[in-house]
Amino acid sequence: MVPVSYYLVISGILFALGAAGVMIRRNALVVFMSVELMLNAGNLAFVAFARMHNTYSGQLFVFFVMTVAAAEVAVGLALIVTIFRTKNSINVDQMNSLKG
Amino acid sequence: MTMDMFVFLVLALIAIASAVGMLVSRNGIYAALFLVMNFMTVAIFYLLLGAPFIALAQVTVYAGAIMVLFLFVIMLLGAEKLAPTTTLPYQRYAAYVLGGLLLVELGYWVWRGALTGVILPPPSEYNAMAGIQGMSKLLFSKYLLPFEVTSILLLVAMIGAIVLTIKQKGGRG
Repeated sequence: MVPVSYYLVISGILFALGAAGVMIRRNALVVFMSVELMLNAGNLAFVAFARMHNTYSGQLFVFFVMTVAAAEVAVGLALIVTIFRTKNSINVDQMNSLKG
Repeated sequence: MTMDMFVFLVLALIAIASAVGMLVSRNGIYAALFLVMNFMTVAIFYLLLGAPFIALAQVTVYAGAIMVLFLFVIMLLGAEKLAPTTTLPYQRYAAYVLGGLLLVELGYWVWRGALTGVILPPPSEYNAMAGIQGMSKLLFSKYLLPFEVTSILLLVAMIGAIVLTIKQKGGRG
């Protein structure tokens, strides 16, 4: 008997924590993890609304978001590995030039 | 207090604590493990919401595949700890303020949305098997085109990851 607003509140808290993590942390990998946390918060709100309206479209969108997240992680981690090879660091403060 | 409310509150505490733990831990590997814990609690939230397929996909795709990839890269680069930098020292406080503002704003809209009256029934009153069937019917009829586009997206991501990390002969990687 959980009200749907409780799920939205927890989703909002997780999203705000993820957004704060993107701004606070300097480790590119942890920034990436915070983005994943925000995606997860959005997914939770999707599923809660899908339950509220008794439809499956929300769950399907979560499914698609998961695929996009997997693709994003594959490309993003490849980018981080490449940046580490040229700069020997994954501190986002040092990623300030486009030329390698 | 009913049973699922109790489960929800305990899980909410664990989810928030693990998210905060991810933010404050100095070591990248600890951050990744905290995030795995957070993903598991969110998976149980999905079970409470009567979405067993999404819950299992969450465990296998997020907590399994994606986080293993993260841990793999962290250990490969040996970059679990970074030296503290002095660039933009005020930024941390600005980030706390902005994050708090975002939280207040989200809370305000949830409160304004007048959704407090909508009570979700417990998961025991929910036919999970019908949910999976209805979902797959939608996936292969109404959402067939996005589903197919997803496969192209994954292919492009795979090729992109290989192209980005491959080392050319004689050239820089």
